Amino acid sequence: MSIRPSEFPPPWSPSDAIAPPTDPVDERIDVGFLIVGAGPAGLAAAIRLGQLVEESPAIAERLGEVPVAVLEKGKAPGAHLLSGAVVNPRGLQRLFKGRKRIDEMPFYGEVHGESVLYLTKRRAVRIPTPPTMVNHRNYVASVSQLGRWLAEEAEELGVTILPETSAEQLLVDGGRVVGVRTGDHGRGRSGEELGNFEPGSDIAARVTILGEGTQGHLTGAAFERFGLRGENPQVWALGVKEVWKVARPLDQVIHTMGWPLRPAQKFREFGGSFVYPMGDDMVTIGMVVGLDYRDTELSVHDLLQELKTHPRIKRILDGGERVQWGAKTIPEGGFVALPSRFHAPGLLLCGDGVGLVNVPALKGIHYAVESGRLAAEAAWRTLARGASMRSALASYDESLRESFIWSDLREVRNMRQAFGRGFYVGGALAGAMTGSKGRFPPGDWPTERDADQSLIKTDRAGSYPAADGKLVFDKLSSVFASGNRTRDDQPNHIRVQTKVPRELAELWAHMCPAQVYEVGEADGDGTVTVKLAPSNCVQCGAITAKGGRLTPPEGGSGPEYTVT
Amino acid sequence: MCVKAVPDAAGRRIDPATKRLDRSGELAISDFDTYAVEEGLKLKEAAGEGEVVVVSMGPEKAMDALRKALAMGADRAVLVTDSALENADVLETAVALAGALEQEGPDLVLFGQQSADGGGACLWAAVAEKLRYPVVSQVSELTVDDGSLTGKRQTEFGYDTIRAPMPAIVAVSDAINTPRYPSLKGIMGAKKKPQDSVGASGAAGPGTTVVALNPPPPRGEAQKIEDDGSAADRIVEFLVEKRLV
Amino acid sequence: MAKTLVFLEHHEGAVQKGSLGVLAKASQIGGEFAGAIVGADVRAVGEGVGAMVWVADDARLAAPLPQPRVDVLAKLVRDEGYDTVLFAQSVLAADIAAGLAARLGAGLNWGLVDFDGETGRAPALQDTVVVDVGWSTPVRIGLFRAGALDADALSGSADVRDASVELEDFSTAAEMVEQAHAEQQGPSIEDAEIIVAGGRGLGEPEKFALAEELARALGGAVAATRAVVDAGWYPYSAQVGQTGKTVSPKLYVALGISGAIQHKVGMQGSNVIVAINKDPNAPIFEYSDLGVVGDLHEIVPKLTELVRSRKS
Repeated sequence: MSIRPSEFPPPWSPSDAIAPPTDPVDERIDVGFLIVGAGPAGLAAAIRLGQLVEESPAIAERLGEVPVAVLEKGKAPGAHLLSGAVVNPRGLQRLFKGRKRIDEMPFYGEVHGESVLYLTKRRAVRIPTPPTMVNHRNYVASVSQLGRWLAEEAEELGVTILPETSAEQLLVDGGRVVGVRTGDHGRGRSGEELGNFEPGSDIAARVTILGEGTQGHLTGAAFERFGLRGENPQVWALGVKEVWKVARPLDQVIHTMGWPLRPAQKFREFGGSFVYPMGDDMVTIGMVVGLDYRDTELSVHDLLQELKTHPRIKRILDGGERVQWGAKTIPEGGFVALPSRFHAPGLLLCGDGVGLVNVPALKGIHYAVESGRLAAEAAWRTLARGASMRSALASYDESLRESFIWSDLREVRNMRQAFGRGFYVGGALAGAMTGSKGRFPPGDWPTERDADQSLIKTDRAGSYPAADGKLVFDKLSSVFASGNRTRDDQPNHIRVQTKVPRELAELWAHMCPAQVYEVGEADGDGTVTVKLAPSNCVQCGAITAKGGRLTPPEGGSGPEYTVT
Repeated sequence: MCVKAVPDAAGRRIDPATKRLDRSGELAISDFDTYAVEEGLKLKEAAGEGEVVVVSMGPEKAMDALRKALAMGADRAVLVTDSALENADVLETAVALAGALEQEGPDLVLFGQQSADGGGACLWAAVAEKLRYPVVSQVSELTVDDGSLTGKRQTEFGYDTIRAPMPAIVAVSDAINTPRYPSLKGIMGAKKKPQDSVGASGAAGPGTTVVALNPPPPRGEAQKIEDDGSAADRIVEFLVEKRLV
Repeated sequence: MAKTLVFLEHHEGAVQKGSLGVLAKASQIGGEFAGAIVGADVRAVGEGVGAMVWVADDARLAAPLPQPRVDVLAKLVRDEGYDTVLFAQSVLAADIAAGLAARLGAGLNWGLVDFDGETGRAPALQDTVVVDVGWSTPVRIGLFRAGALDADALSGSADVRDASVELEDFSTAAEMVEQAHAEQQGPSIEDAEIIVAGGRGLGEPEKFALAEELARALGGAVAATRAVVDAGWYPYSAQVGQTGKTVSPKLYVALGISGAIQHKVGMQGSNVIVAINKDPNAPIFEYSDLGVVGDLHEIVPKLTELVRSRKS
């Protein structure tokens, strides 16, 4: 009898993340515009607002002493950012109004050559690059480094960035978002207050902009509270990647499909890998797999390790050394899974948090930047004389619909779903979609929730390579290489049922790239206890797609990415 | 009363995964130094008056690291910065810090016990020499009253109680307190507090050199045995051979 | 040829093993060498050392405080022309070494595991690299890591010289109000020379008694891994590892510990690592000096018994 993760929902409700303000007014922190998330979307919004503040100081006066503040739950901007990435510079060029040259942006170099390989266990066959994946005039970047750079630019414009600060609850008063409550610091494992306990604060703002990224905590709560859900559920992929120092420069951007994923439809293993040069002496390699997969023994971390043993890949890494590792989910629903609205009273939502990712092109960063910029402009319009809050915020939706984000996503809207039919059929359909520029098929194909996929079990884990500490690594070594040194004595931030059927526990244990879940003792009634090591968590968000829920731990916890 | 907490010179971060100095991240205040800052803040709060100033040495960017101390509640930050000091050793650092501290005229100078990149030498003792102040290190409890301090010093043999007149230098261990998290208001207010950069005076030049970097030696003949009932004896033999028993 | 002075720390009438190890090293590098003992009523201590020893004996030097010792050593260096001063790591010695470096404008290299008279060797960056270090000043100061050298006794005849004592005002400003008594329950894990650490392989919290018994027999402290602290088997103060304490004892005995890197970085500086684990593929075997694949529940009680009988 095969089960589905959605049958075991987590002990969590979106209303846990919504609350009225409670701090007395004199303890409350007032800012003009509050942004949650120092990623490309949030920082683009911050930079745009910073520019507007500079241009119109008289209007800006109404924003008070802190016109723009950004909350970041990581130790510093960039600590929780991870992507491939090959970036289309368009978003950044628009953000800086053409005043920054490409060579002033933290890129690793323009893409000069690329190939797409179909892999079997031993061979690699080059296939024509699908049109959606052509990377002419795009640049390789580390999104973590990009985040650090954008944060510096924002601070130069007077933006206040608050690292190590999680946003725990959306403050809603009278049906309107009035700010955010930050998380506590200094609680022990059982929630008790430790010697240096510091409670979170209410931060009040005129407009709150959420750029939380994938599986955004407040974003998820806002969807429920304000009825923002679109026609189709969001779906995600899990990406696990490493950065390597290499002995020889890689001269092209490589994408692979095929092995080690299985093409048959019943497995629903959609994804592939990427290998990008980062300058002359570094390379990044990653594996991305849709979380609608069904095999309880599938481990994206181990698939990445397996991928590295392929002769074509191994020779890129030979003589090199791994320097960083990380994992993060990517929203893959695309156009058909977008929310019905991108705003609510007092609230704007941008970036990966609302699924602005072009899956076939593997691009989302420039959309994040552009959506952040547009959100900033809409927020600013609430200050115009005689402006109606409501129509100013609603104008954000309009500007999104008129932007290149919308047209790009619309064109590729059914591709991801096509691959639910298996690799070969999906590939053929995708080709037809590209050829017709999205006119085929007419209408939108629905997505299915990742957690609704029923589970199967194969002996997949039997073929994962053993760790050797040089090419192939185990999960705990990888967690170490993410820079994670989370404080152990704090409350568990992961919401899952801990007494579940064995197959579900095994699914989680294999799924989690950071080895947070362990299959514990059998309880005699067909279930097992799930044991957790929450301080391993790198906050990738996979659990949220597969029956549990990730909430933000104490600010400053989690990975400390620098070059992912 | 004026307390100076001295965060580690140039708090460079080592990325254990890359085993190299991590140049891509921000310079951050060493965890050990937060104990010193916290102790300074507690003393000021107990006395109801005084000033807590954080002094450090490093490149300009290190001022960002000092902001965390300001966010915790320190009143002022002073950064000794000079390109000649980029790879300063203990001697040069001590001279530079002593110069800045002398200008400030503190009653009490607090140091965190260890640098974040692993086992630094005792900067505080060297600074005490230059300033001609009494110094007490490894302090896990500190009280101050009326011109003198009493510290509980932790050695290999237990706890000594030491008294010294101020001005004095105290190096605090991580057992002394639990550093507070900066409040959001603290973080936001940190930017507005005075932050001064000063040059180094009378830098001495380094006293040590690095001749070579080597990979660690293999651990010698590692032995691995399976227990056939005699493991306990084999272990004891091994320990005796190594003079550990 | 070097002319070397070695600070000999003493406690309750006996010279510390670490100092004897440094003195032995000084005898090997060639050139003149001597020890220095500083305290009150310590002449007899100096006579027990089989080499030339300067003794600074003065009531004002009774308390083991660093700054007066800087005065004494600095004067000896200047008067007798020593160009090398060596110390064995201790709380006291580290303070003296740094103070002396500042007093003499001398370079100080610490954490040394070896010295050949010209160049020292010191592990760095959590023991992932070994640095060859030198000095560029006329006087050189070196501080050796605890447990790095063997305390071979020297077999020369006693040769005690009196060192004169001139103390600066500021050096005597700090005073000892109450000196430490003998320790109660064994050393804290940071100071312990021997540590017995327990991990999940112990099976259940009650089995920590095995680790405690062995630690008591060996004269060491008990530590724990993150996993067992998380599970509530042992307090956080005993946790060794990336998010716990970093230790570098002379002997680290790991019981039922798999040895993932998060644990390794907290103890890889240990001189000697002995690991007992029933899993032959446990990562800890990759970096232990003696790895024992077996059942710790059988091995440890026997081991404890053998150690006890050896010591009695």
